[in-house]
Amino acid sequence: MTVNKDTFAPRRKTNYDLQLAGRSPVEWHEAGTLPDRLVPTHCCFCGVQCGMFLKVKDDEVIGVEPREYPHNRGALCPKGVVAYQQQAHPERLRYPMMRKNGRGNPLERVSWDEALDYVAGRWRAIQAEHGKDAVGVYSGSSMTNEKCYVAGKFARVGLGTRNIDYNGRLCMSSAAMAYSKAFGLDRAPLPLTDIPLADCIFVAGANIAECFPVAMQWIWEARDRGARLIVMDPRETPIARTADLWLPVRPGTDIAVLNGMLRQIIADGLVDEAYVAARTNGWDEVRAAVAEMTPERAEQLSGVPAERIVAAARLYGRAATSLILHARGIEHSTHGVDNCLACINLALARGQVGKPGGGTAMLTGQGNGQGGREHGQKANQLPGYRKIDNPEDRAYIAGIWGIPEPELPPEGAAATEMVHLMAEGTIRSCLVLCSNLMVSLPDNGVVQRALDNLDPLVVIDFFLSETAALADVVLPGTVWCEDEGTTTNLEGRVVKINAAGPPPGEARTDWRIMSDLAARMGRGQFFPYRTAAEVGEELRLASRGGAADYYGITWERLDREGGVFWPCPSEDHPGTPRLFAERFAHPDGRAKMFPIAYQPPAEEPDEHYPFRLTTGRVVYHYLSGTQTRRIGFLNSQAPDPWVELHPRAAAQLGIADGELVRVTTPRASMELKALVVPTIRPDTLFIPFHYGGRGAVNQLTNPAVDPTVKIPEYKACAARIEPLDAPATQGNGHARRNFTAGTNPKMFPYEVGETRPVEPKAY
Amino acid sequence: MEIKTLFVDATRCIGCRACEAGCRECDSHKGESMVMVDFVDRGFSVATQPTVCMHCEDPVAPCAQVCPAQAILISPEGVVQQADPSRCIGCQNCVFACPFGVPKFDVEARLMKKCNLCYDRTVQGLQPWCAQACPTDALWYGTFEEFAARRNGSPVSCTGFGEMDVHTRVYQVMPAGTEKLDLVALLSEAAEGRPVREEAWVL
Repeated sequence: MTVNKDTFAPRRKTNYDLQLAGRSPVEWHEAGTLPDRLVPTHCCFCGVQCGMFLKVKDDEVIGVEPREYPHNRGALCPKGVVAYQQQAHPERLRYPMMRKNGRGNPLERVSWDEALDYVAGRWRAIQAEHGKDAVGVYSGSSMTNEKCYVAGKFARVGLGTRNIDYNGRLCMSSAAMAYSKAFGLDRAPLPLTDIPLADCIFVAGANIAECFPVAMQWIWEARDRGARLIVMDPRETPIARTADLWLPVRPGTDIAVLNGMLRQIIADGLVDEAYVAARTNGWDEVRAAVAEMTPERAEQLSGVPAERIVAAARLYGRAATSLILHARGIEHSTHGVDNCLACINLALARGQVGKPGGGTAMLTGQGNGQGGREHGQKANQLPGYRKIDNPEDRAYIAGIWGIPEPELPPEGAAATEMVHLMAEGTIRSCLVLCSNLMVSLPDNGVVQRALDNLDPLVVIDFFLSETAALADVVLPGTVWCEDEGTTTNLEGRVVKINAAGPPPGEARTDWRIMSDLAARMGRGQFFPYRTAAEVGEELRLASRGGAADYYGITWERLDREGGVFWPCPSEDHPGTPRLFAERFAHPDGRAKMFPIAYQPPAEEPDEHYPFRLTTGRVVYHYLSGTQTRRIGFLNSQAPDPWVELHPRAAAQLGIADGELVRVTTPRASMELKALVVPTIRPDTLFIPFHYGGRGAVNQLTNPAVDPTVKIPEYKACAARIEPLDAPATQGNGHARRNFTAGTNPKMFPYEVGETRPVEPKAY
Repeated sequence: MEIKTLFVDATRCIGCRACEAGCRECDSHKGESMVMVDFVDRGFSVATQPTVCMHCEDPVAPCAQVCPAQAILISPEGVVQQADPSRCIGCQNCVFACPFGVPKFDVEARLMKKCNLCYDRTVQGLQPWCAQACPTDALWYGTFEEFAARRNGSPVSCTGFGEMDVHTRVYQVMPAGTEKLDLVALLSEAAEGRPVREEAWVL
């Protein structure tokens, strides 16, 4: 039982959030300061992008007010309520910093000119000696479409490097690939407001209550209508607690359950044969592929009781309208694409995709996780979801950018591969923005070596993240409410972000920093932007005619209409909230079904590492915690990581609740507190991943990646847990490796990129 | 006159503390939350539940009744206010009298503090911050009729403490057909080992 920890404690005056970070207390007579304006905008955190008003007084954001918006209806989660506190946060970076006295020395304040000149000078020298690709750009998706667009253009035009990728690689790449393969278009096909139309909701690997709290109101509304709820998760999360059926799956074995359900649906005669015949290709192969997955076999592989798999198939299969919601739980896998395709097979077999309230929907994690992967900062993409290896797409974008087509670099390395290229010295310098690699990438020992190898490592951030702390040059950027632009939420709804105040100190917007750098690289003529609106106009043109067509989405429309769904090819087009009603985006208008065979995770337990370790989120933190760990209210709820384990496992090992324990995987070990709870599988451990340094679970995770999209397997690796007084053991035995660099030619070191091998020649 | 009030549905609570975060945004007690979210029993379940002031109607506001300084005022709408700072003598009678454990005593300020249903917002037709923020509608603000039209479950405004029933302005949402939240009956059920605490599942 917890109690409200801080409110009435002694020294309560220090509990207002910014005071925890060293700001002087607000006296009572100042506390009632009235705002002089309300700025309509959206939250900076997850993919739901809730509407909110920011209360602004003298250019400082002093609070938040609810805003009725179609998909959040005035609600906010705790992160959203306190998001505004970032703007005036005392730890904000206010001026550029460099290690003036060389590496190993502390970061010191420098002028913008000094920092930018140094960076540009180094880059020119590196590129002259080692080729253009020796400088990389590692970007992120928690920023506006305009910034994402400039990041892609900056890499390809400003630097001329092929090596640009972004942190969505760690997040949405498997779902994006699955939707592209199956439907020909990568977007959740229906808005959140359609969820209440479903009669059965199957949540596959998504802790919706903690990761997308505001989406829960739509699920509860469906429940009030009588909808059934099935949740597949190794933990009994808050949404699983209330489900009709919980499928406690062994981490990494989801395909067994999904294929087992499809086999049962076929056996029960619940397949929508007319739909399958009219709208899909490949059904016969899928039918044959799932035939071997009997409920008993599925139980053996996944640990979910066979009768629950059968019950799930019948609950799902008999519902007139059924919806699958899936997220990182199935996507963070060495077969993440296949996991998503197995979900899509279920929905297609039931004839659900394209129906209001039916089908499948990915829950995009990052604030602009959808838009961030559409506008050209992904290794293999150009703006408008164009493909970098398609000659027409290349020609169109080269035309918009005003460069000859051959100057446009080919596909580069994926984010997870860039790290290895840095470690081996192929990438010699990297610009990191909107990312905290030291917390977010798996096996962060390798990441640290890679970053140490860079000279210089240049980081744009607004707080000194774990990655920025390692940088040679730190450039102060802006938080979301200091710039304007658009983001695209998990529904595909484009919304408008508005500026509430100027950046603090000398901080500049990310797009301006990149433009400044480009100018110093002699490419300033391609980045003539004075405002974010000018970037937005160019983005509209660049996306015109692409799969993700934003041409008709003007900022004026967004203000007027409460968001517009892409594709929206012209200004009189209403936008497209629901996709695939009549045809899919493949040329023949049909969806493709892919036979999916069960594959184990890359690493499975053995006698030395008997547990499966999985990682995930808590409701108080967002991604690497760079922002939320600095906000007092959020951090005080979950200041440190912990490891969840089942009481039966704890009893066997002699571990008490709250005790410090050691968790070890073949890569490293860490010490943290045990939380002994029956809401997790007895063979599974769970550690939240939002923490840095000694608290980073990514010291332990397996860097194995999906062979096509290179998403890491955060959600399953082999681990051991022991009390601290157990002797520290090292190197005694190895977890069972199902495939390694040696046994699977597609695993690392592998060809770079999703589709294209590395070409040693210069272009 | 239609009466808008809070409906508390613990089954929907996901423990995110958006209500606490929202409550802390109120300018009259910035940084302090008057709503509390607790795990019911984390050693058994992830279930959580919010506690707000129930704004007792019958008997009317035990906290106000026991206040020797008449510091706790009740608005014409029946909203029980927090202690008036100019009157509160810091005796903590209200803290001990409340059947729901809501009023908290701020030692430093020598003042009782509790939820006043965001009086500044609700008199202007806005929702209280907690219900406004709540992403799952576990805390929901509106009229009984609106609730009944759109939601399942029985809202009950009567909590039974054995011989004493307390009728409140705020509703708790119970399973359909329930007429009151009978704490004594629930306690005796628990003492008899009902409902059986199954292990959630067996491998």
